[in-house]
Amino acid sequence: MAKMNLLQAINSALISAMTQDERVMVFGEDVGHFGGVFRATSNLQEKFGKARCFNTPLTEQGIMGFANGLASQGSVAIAEIQFADYIFPAFDQIVNETAKWRYRSGGQFSVGTLTIRTPYGGGIAGGHYHSQSPEAYFAHTPGMKIVVPRNPYQAKGLLLASIRDDNPVLFMEPKRLYRASVGEVPEDDYELPLGKAEIVKSGSDITLLAWGAQMEIMEKAAEMAEAKGVSCEVIDLRSILPWDVETVATSVMKTGRLLISHEAPLTGGFASEIAATIQKHCFLYLESPIERVCGLDTPYPLAHEKEYMPDHLKVFEGIMRSVNF
Amino acid sequence: MQHRNHLGDINTVHQVKLIDKGVVDIPMLQIMQPDGSIHSDATMPEISQELAVKMYRTMQFIRVLDERMVAAQRQGRISFYLASTGEEAASVGSAAALSDKDMIMSQYREQGALAFRGYTTEQFMNQMFSNEKEPNKGRQMPIHYGAKELNFMTISSPLGTQIPQASGYAYGQKMAGEEAVTICYFGEGAASEGDFHAGLNMAAVLNCPAIFFCRNNGYAISTPAEEQFAGDGIASRGLGYGIKTIRVDGNDIFAVFEATRKAREIALAENCPVLIEAMSYRLAAHSTSDDPTGYRSKDEEARWHAKDPIQRLGNWLAAKGWIDPAEDEKYLAAKRAEVLDELKRVEKVPVCSIEHIIEDVYDTPPWHLQEQLQELKDHIRKYPDAYPKTASRVKE
Repeated sequence: MAKMNLLQAINSALISAMTQDERVMVFGEDVGHFGGVFRATSNLQEKFGKARCFNTPLTEQGIMGFANGLASQGSVAIAEIQFADYIFPAFDQIVNETAKWRYRSGGQFSVGTLTIRTPYGGGIAGGHYHSQSPEAYFAHTPGMKIVVPRNPYQAKGLLLASIRDDNPVLFMEPKRLYRASVGEVPEDDYELPLGKAEIVKSGSDITLLAWGAQMEIMEKAAEMAEAKGVSCEVIDLRSILPWDVETVATSVMKTGRLLISHEAPLTGGFASEIAATIQKHCFLYLESPIERVCGLDTPYPLAHEKEYMPDHLKVFEGIMRSVNF
Repeated sequence: MQHRNHLGDINTVHQVKLIDKGVVDIPMLQIMQPDGSIHSDATMPEISQELAVKMYRTMQFIRVLDERMVAAQRQGRISFYLASTGEEAASVGSAAALSDKDMIMSQYREQGALAFRGYTTEQFMNQMFSNEKEPNKGRQMPIHYGAKELNFMTISSPLGTQIPQASGYAYGQKMAGEEAVTICYFGEGAASEGDFHAGLNMAAVLNCPAIFFCRNNGYAISTPAEEQFAGDGIASRGLGYGIKTIRVDGNDIFAVFEATRKAREIALAENCPVLIEAMSYRLAAHSTSDDPTGYRSKDEEARWHAKDPIQRLGNWLAAKGWIDPAEDEKYLAAKRAEVLDELKRVEKVPVCSIEHIIEDVYDTPPWHLQEQLQELKDHIRKYPDAYPKTASRVKE
């Protein structure tokens, strides 16, 4: 075990993957010698050579098109999109190509060896083009897997599993936690399961569900609620697609209440999908309406970032609304 | 000047001097004239009788297939078709210059390349009838072929997406140490997509052994080339990307063959992309959903009929004594019969069973897809008359 921040954990996972399989290649804007704008790919070019870790021209659609072709050839492609806010030029390559490659060819060809890494989320004074959380757009795309880690240990294990999973994975990294989140991480290779939520704290009165950077907020709000005598069960969804309905539904049948929180705007956010599914599975168990504590339906603001964010106070208020319903 | 990236070694001038198109005159390679004779100063590629006849017969087969399938669509037997009439030499001639190991990433009008690789009439029919014998499992509209064993990537409809993909595929081939290239076909219209710029630039910068083969056929559905770009065609762009480029007469199969053969040699030897612009004309409608009489004249079409690439090669072969023109009618009649027979047989083959609807979304169907399939099957069982293609085969 070693103390690592989330960036170091990502870097450690990439080193593991590249060491274990020489077909693994890492590429994107500034990821080469410079090591990426956040330094997630530090030293990879020095260790593995310029042919396996390289800069690309500044073209997100090109990076994803190239990545699709490379993965379809059988190489293990790890493409970095520098900010999730800039993934949209590549939307067509991801939605129409990556996600449909296997299906449209009847399984003759696939890009299962592709992983797309991208930093997402706010809290870094980045305004609307360095703060977005676009997971819901991609969750509407059959054929993709979407994974979001909450801390360094999760990041390494989930990234290694994503790289080796035989499906294309969008791996969204909570950039607010890149350096802020520090924890013990095994130096050895390990994987954590995709498609499986994790109960990070057991409780009996309400289920709190989130992923990525928002987990920290949930735990803080849960502490506040516990002080008021409300027992919270906190779940990290970890995989947005496919998502672990069973773990969430089982928890809600026990607690009778559910609060979901994400930074992305409320309307059409992934919390809507969870709410719809859980009310179907748990209708007769619910003691109160499912609460969603999310970003506002505005572009992500700059000066009002603090007000926009679904912080622990808003989550706490949501918890109390739910238990007092 | 070869490796000038930013400001090094730039000559200065002291008067305003704008560079305009026309500064570089990009000629068109033509080896065989429209009448089938060879230019006296041209270097003929080395082509055996067997290969020349195979190219010719493949073009004839594609012409027959296109005619029959357009008719089949008119009769309502298939939903859609897209002919390559007039452009057969571009896809057949280029495919003939490749190795079978080379990956083909096509747009959608390259049935000639696929047929040259050995895709059979039955395979064409299975795809167009989206039946259960089709390896793509009937998931795409007619003409979206794909054949792994022939190194022919499954076609997707969005235009130009295959261009940066070809760069990536070729990079993978290079890294894996394969003695192979990727050829990427697209039209002059698709070259307006952002993916064209992204793909060619990446291939050049990342040293990808890819051949970018543009079929400039004059039209993108109804939009003529002059409304598509203002520069000197697609070839002029290659220079900007630092890509070796050649323009060829797309209706001269020898020019297409030789340019592609040379491009492959360069791509492998120098680990770099090559751009080929083949000048041709889409004698066919864009697709069966299109009617060109609304946007171009019969005269214009007639001028291009006179440059027919099949007739051109036929004349050359006949003059050479490598084919007997009397055999042509026999061959065409036999191919027409073969297409019709296969069509009749294959249209009776059922579509895949309903279980396939959830396969290949992921490597294995996750729980939610299995659940949705079960609900769908229950529903089909309840209303079997509404779902005649699958109802009789719905299992518990």
